[in-house]
Amino acid sequence: MSSRDTILKAIRNSQREATPLPTLEQNWLRFDDPVAHFTTVLQSVGGKCIRVSSTTEIDEQLNLFPQFESASVRTSAVEGVGKPTVNIDSINDPHELENIDFAVLEGQIAVAENGAVWVTDKTLKHRVLYFIAQHLALVVRTSSVVNNMHEAYRQLSFESPRFGAFVSGPSKTADIEQSLVIGAHGPRSHIVFLVDDES
Amino acid sequence: MTHLAELLEQFEENATKLGATVHWARDAAEHNEIVYGLLRDHDVKKLVKSKSMLTEECHLNPFLEKHGIEVTDTDLGEWLVQLREEAPSHIVMPAIHIRKEEVGELFHTVLGTEKGASDPKYLAEAARNALRQKFMAADAGLTGVNFAIAETGGFVVCTNEGNADLGVSLPKLHIACMGIEKMIPKPEHLGVMLRLLARSATGQPITTYSSHFHGPRPGAELHIVLVDNGRSNLLASKEFHRSLNCIRCGACMNTCPVYRRSGGHSYGTTVPGPIGSILAPARDAEEHSTLPYACSLCGSCTDVCPVKIDLHHQLLTWRREIALQGYVSLDKTVPMKLAAALFRRPWLFRLAGRVARAVVPWLPRFMLYNPLNPWGRQRELPEFPRESFQQAYARRQKSSERGS
Repeated sequence: MSSRDTILKAIRNSQREATPLPTLEQNWLRFDDPVAHFTTVLQSVGGKCIRVSSTTEIDEQLNLFPQFESASVRTSAVEGVGKPTVNIDSINDPHELENIDFAVLEGQIAVAENGAVWVTDKTLKHRVLYFIAQHLALVVRTSSVVNNMHEAYRQLSFESPRFGAFVSGPSKTADIEQSLVIGAHGPRSHIVFLVDDES
Repeated sequence: MTHLAELLEQFEENATKLGATVHWARDAAEHNEIVYGLLRDHDVKKLVKSKSMLTEECHLNPFLEKHGIEVTDTDLGEWLVQLREEAPSHIVMPAIHIRKEEVGELFHTVLGTEKGASDPKYLAEAARNALRQKFMAADAGLTGVNFAIAETGGFVVCTNEGNADLGVSLPKLHIACMGIEKMIPKPEHLGVMLRLLARSATGQPITTYSSHFHGPRPGAELHIVLVDNGRSNLLASKEFHRSLNCIRCGACMNTCPVYRRSGGHSYGTTVPGPIGSILAPARDAEEHSTLPYACSLCGSCTDVCPVKIDLHHQLLTWRREIALQGYVSLDKTVPMKLAAALFRRPWLFRLAGRVARAVVPWLPRFMLYNPLNPWGRQRELPEFPRESFQQAYARRQKSSERGS
């Protein structure tokens, strides 16, 4: 008998009375001002949230950040934003992205509950960009801010092969004597731009 | 858990549809063989690993190293213990037992950082740079799994450092190893689980990266290894099956007075703390027979457990189980039997007390502190009172009667 069948048989033999699946239709937490809550929580996990009326304002804001100013290798997946020096689509081997200093990428959903942004590789050729860039800015529509994870999952589907992640703040570690250090393996800083303009 | 077999089949079917390959391993040895086979077939020399207590449980690292594969644990804490050739002492913070000065010393030797450095920021930066090289050079990435979703055939890995994502987004081979109990029915259940895990593990609202893997990257391969290694036995147990609900958040060890004093290494198991003391004897009751006894039954673990495992009840049940299986040593069972005989007979108890009070204070040291009395190795007996509690109580009663 194969290992698969042995394991499944062992599980079936020990199966007890079935527990019904609990319902997720509950009164989950909601906020009077989800955008404000998202901003606060993101700040508490080491990130920064900036609200702009249209994408054209983003570069202006980015210029205020020394990390952006001093970045020599930049890339962007948002049209007209982030003064890219590298075109993502022209790169075939993700290893070549090692030296990216600053990346401006798109986010799909922002979750007020935990400051997380849902990102995918649907329109991004190399998903490693979310993690390999020294500094990361995500651009999300203000209208896609949701209260909680349950509202977020209601919008997500996982039918095709795809990578997706909730990213909440810059990468961090507390593995040396439990002191929090921002910038473990992934980005050292994390900015989320909420864009009001829907066009 | 009561639908585990169906969920696993559903998961396998959906994961395969997405282009992943699913493997099944009955035990640690089979798991290691599968992983090694994959690495050999892909001609992998350098492997980066992240977030996998399961591979720790299976002792994968020494196995692969024996076959000439360089394995790097990329979680900073896990890397620290790997460099020191130790085992993790905590499941969420593997290097919680190491002081920053020791890290400085270690990095001075290994990475050539400044001697005497102890600033966590400086040390973490050095590790970041060193591990980046490992990420860039790796031929394959291996991760654990926090949750696997039956309905979609995908799985979720949670990290704060971003090591899992870097590790598997560069090379062309991703191997994910998971215990069969990691299954959840639908993606929407993650809304609850991700919240529970981060909140109970570190107090964060969510881990920094909660990555959902559904199928391989274009041009890459994804292999998922489902491991039993004693889990189906636990599922069959009426008393202990609930321990499979564990999401490995570490809250029970953080609150445990015994863990907090003794540290993770004293358990001698991959998963320490209260949950470890339940899981370890399930795998080998004889080897880990003392663990359920190293517990004050204070119940704090049960209070904090986010998935409501009745930890301290299970620990108590294990004690009975271990006694029934005959794994309690003679130096415990014989005194217990003597004590039972004594306590059953009040007259004998009183007599023994009287004799002890009269004789023990006059005994020479070698008769009291000898190999028969391991208790006395680090301790002195208290001074013996002249009268017993019963006598003192009777005397007080008499004098208060007289006073009223």
